[in-house]
Amino acid sequence: MSSTNYVGKPVSRVDGYAKVTGQARYAVEHHVPNLLYGFIVNSAIAKGSVTTLDTSEALKVPGVVQVFTHKNTPSLAWFDRSYKDQDSVPGSPFRPLHSEKIRFSMQPIALVVAETFELARYASTLLKIEYKEESSSTNLSESLPQAHEAPKGKEGYMPPKSRGHAKKAFSAAPVKIQAEYIHGAEHHNPMEMHGSMAIYEKGGKLLVYDKTQGVANTQEYVKKVFGLSKDDVRVLSPYVGGAFGSGLRPQYQLFMAVLAALELKQSVKVSLTRQQMFSFGHRPKSLQRLALSAASDGTLQSIEHTCYSETSRFEDYTEVVVNWSGLLYQCANVELDYQLVKLDVYTPIDMRAPGAVTGIYALECAMDELAVALNIDPLDLRLRNYAPEDQNEKKPFSSKELRACYLQGAEKFGWNKRNKEPRSMREGNQLVGWGMASASWDAQQQKCAAKALLTPDGKLTVSSGTADIGTGTYTIMTQIAAETLGLPIEQVEFKLGDSSLPEAPLEGGSWTAVSVGSAVKATCEEVGQKLLKLAKKKKDSPLANAGAEDVVFENGYIILKKDPAAAVSILDIIRDEREDIEVESAAMPGMIDKLKYSFHSHSAVFAEVKVDEDLGTIHVTRVVSAIAGGRVLNPKTARSQILGAVVWGISMALQEDSVIDHNFGRFMNHNYAEYHVPVNADIQNIEVIFVEEEDDIINPLGAKGLGEIGIVGVAGAIANAVYHATGKRIRKLPIQLDNVLSEP
Amino acid sequence: MNPFTYSRPTDVPAAVQDVATHAEAKFIAGGTNLLDLMKENVMKPHHLVDISRLALNKIEENGKGGLRLGALVTNAATAYHPEVEKRYPLLSKAILAGASPQLRNMATDGGNLLQRTRCYYFYDVATPCNKREPGSGCSAIKGYNRIHAILGASEQCIATHPSDMCIALAALNATVLVTSKRGDRSIPFAEFHRLPGDTPQLDNTLEPDEIITAIDLPEKGFAENHTYLKIRDRASYAFALVSVAAALELEGNTIREARIALGGVAHKPWRNEAAEASLAGKPATKENFQQVAGMIISGAKGYEHNQFKIELAKRAIVRALSQAAKLI
Repeated sequence: MSSTNYVGKPVSRVDGYAKVTGQARYAVEHHVPNLLYGFIVNSAIAKGSVTTLDTSEALKVPGVVQVFTHKNTPSLAWFDRSYKDQDSVPGSPFRPLHSEKIRFSMQPIALVVAETFELARYASTLLKIEYKEESSSTNLSESLPQAHEAPKGKEGYMPPKSRGHAKKAFSAAPVKIQAEYIHGAEHHNPMEMHGSMAIYEKGGKLLVYDKTQGVANTQEYVKKVFGLSKDDVRVLSPYVGGAFGSGLRPQYQLFMAVLAALELKQSVKVSLTRQQMFSFGHRPKSLQRLALSAASDGTLQSIEHTCYSETSRFEDYTEVVVNWSGLLYQCANVELDYQLVKLDVYTPIDMRAPGAVTGIYALECAMDELAVALNIDPLDLRLRNYAPEDQNEKKPFSSKELRACYLQGAEKFGWNKRNKEPRSMREGNQLVGWGMASASWDAQQQKCAAKALLTPDGKLTVSSGTADIGTGTYTIMTQIAAETLGLPIEQVEFKLGDSSLPEAPLEGGSWTAVSVGSAVKATCEEVGQKLLKLAKKKKDSPLANAGAEDVVFENGYIILKKDPAAAVSILDIIRDEREDIEVESAAMPGMIDKLKYSFHSHSAVFAEVKVDEDLGTIHVTRVVSAIAGGRVLNPKTARSQILGAVVWGISMALQEDSVIDHNFGRFMNHNYAEYHVPVNADIQNIEVIFVEEEDDIINPLGAKGLGEIGIVGVAGAIANAVYHATGKRIRKLPIQLDNVLSEP
Repeated sequence: MNPFTYSRPTDVPAAVQDVATHAEAKFIAGGTNLLDLMKENVMKPHHLVDISRLALNKIEENGKGGLRLGALVTNAATAYHPEVEKRYPLLSKAILAGASPQLRNMATDGGNLLQRTRCYYFYDVATPCNKREPGSGCSAIKGYNRIHAILGASEQCIATHPSDMCIALAALNATVLVTSKRGDRSIPFAEFHRLPGDTPQLDNTLEPDEIITAIDLPEKGFAENHTYLKIRDRASYAFALVSVAAALELEGNTIREARIALGGVAHKPWRNEAAEASLAGKPATKENFQQVAGMIISGAKGYEHNQFKIELAKRAIVRALSQAAKLI
């Protein structure tokens, strides 16, 4: 076994030391001389217009440089398309400081710029603001009559595909259930708040530090909105303190920092406060209706799934919510519908496993209800209706080891000891419940470019303009590069988060490991071919007659496969050459395979809850998550991904809830004390299983991406466990103790 | 946050002098609540008197058989003090049920008494709030009021008092020692916090120029039979939806004295002494506990989102008393 085989090994994070010692600097942690600070003022109302915005008192404060409002913001790009970004949705993107109109609560209406942050924040309180308020509508349930079809196709999302005759099958079936599920809004709340720093350089060029999941996206936005050329804007984002989708679109602090820097010809830093993190995109509130029917042996006869999701007045945010109901189980009669409801809120934005988390939660609860109606084990019901191929697309899966997830997860959890009867298991005051759910997510690959530089000192630097939002991109790419060229990992460095690097897709959709990894592999292979060419030219080269397929790159050598003694040191080659080897290349998904196969990751989640019968408090005491995600590139970072996702699933099931007061159209619990995410004491035993899943079709790495699959099934499994514990079917998220107490 | 001036007196007379001579002055110790409120423009003091260096940081015998907690002893130091743990474990447990280790390391005992409500509307200056801006109206009554009061509220305010420590201090019949230029006075704990009535902007009966110097604990600590039960949405770092400090003096199975203080249900730690007295002489049984719970909650009034607290509070009282009596 070669010592330079790193892929599949639990390599520790290469950026770990920098992060725990504070050397890793996040967007607004940089500093330059003569820096100005901006503080954003947000609207107190949800709908109407600003009638007075008097900045005179604020401007009198020494050290306050300027206040930007809709009244003095210069005329910028005219057309909507200039404000669109790589993750835009149909509609007209929000333009900060564009007019007096208020379209959502906490809309940014002014930027106060001063010599210190404290001065800017203080001066922001001196603005005299008056509004003409109009009545706003933020209540999803009350606005269902105004629902409209979500836009489809190129700009929108993949439309759900119905098949068979679901309603007919439903009325004929012997066993059926119908239910409605509500999923509350959630805000991302990564540890690092959104911040941008626009450094004004000589000649009016900008160097921008931004919290983003795509430096190219930020660069393009700034360029288009402010009419700059690509050479005028460089964007850096080497470290991102969590994003979860909130960094997929340029957020308004970026606009503010760039605007002020260009207008004032000085560097400006703008960071959102924790409270302001509740002022933009979020996972939308949704209301879903499910109807399932089955033959008495449990064979599914029909699936009907309708979702109503909130969106803003100005954009139609769409996500794939209902399609999963046509994918997860074998069923001939499926009817799916997805509707949007326009409300006076900001446009929602992708949040970890967008759509799947919402739709599969409802589907998996409905499956549990059906299992109860059929009086069969919920796991048996899933196995009986196992879908061997993708019926939505009528294609085989490139691989699908969901059955192994079910069986290995159930084994680890001890599922066979479960008493089917609700309220049948208890420990003292505590009712014990066991629930399970299935999950799926897309396994996608996007086009990506990368660059490699091998220098005569034997150091390899590989780079791509991707992001590491805490997922382990730095580490995995270093592993892939080192293994491809057979170099010790210490000699390899990976760079990302710089718009001057080869372009990578947005960091999202669980496609980064595969997309960037494939590009890194392809690029390093080209470096390898150059090295082989040089090795062959060496005097008395043992590789003189070797072709690319005859050699391996291992332990710092190019080695002849059939005679391991015939080897040439890579360091010797590059030293003798005395010149850098530099290669830029790209990788793309195989288009023919893309048409022939369906690519998905899967999982099965098993959860145990303990519910205090008198007080209603719920604790998740155990979760087993079995994942089929192709080849695991790094079991350590992979496990961390799934652990984090399970924690978030627990959070979603029991805690997270952005509560809007419809009188004000405003999210009211906008801080970490009142918007709950789990603390250590909430998290008990989590076990992660990666089942073997070989996939030769999906990509040369055989990997599927693990960023999102881990969260998808968790809330459903917990909701089902709460039912099993209490006999109460609570069809809303989060499930809180008052729901347990008030449900009959 | 508005600009403010700052002073750091070294003794108590200088501190009360400072606070009396500056307009809109406030004391600051740990700052765990005041600074948050200043950042949100909810409180805008013009002068801060930093009392963190005053010699009020000792826990001593009070000469009456109890302990005296200096106002500047941190919550953490109090909770882990061997004498507190031994004689007033109810207090230790209540403190440790609140906030987070970092906050308890900073927060002081005097400051804990002065924590302000967690009402969403109080914290958000974009919405009306009678507590923050008298006369502007109460947004919570017709708004999102899941965390709000069910007892002792008024048409002006339905906010709750947020402290855990204070619920135990109320049950223990502590006394708050205060001083000002006018001299010393002591305030029984039950009279320290107040109900909102028509002046919800006032959380307590402390005068603006008065400083808390210490909290006196009476001899009786109920170390044998007590419970602090806190019910909340997550296991730590969350304010109580309902909490109960229960303390019993038992003779065999007969109750000699009972103390029951509730948190998360009112503008102050809630006690009903008549109800407590009704337990005296009765056996410690679930039925008797249910009866007293009914008495305590009898006047409760719920709003749109907090109706559940009425039943929850009843059950919590029964659970806490049952635990204190070691029935479970």
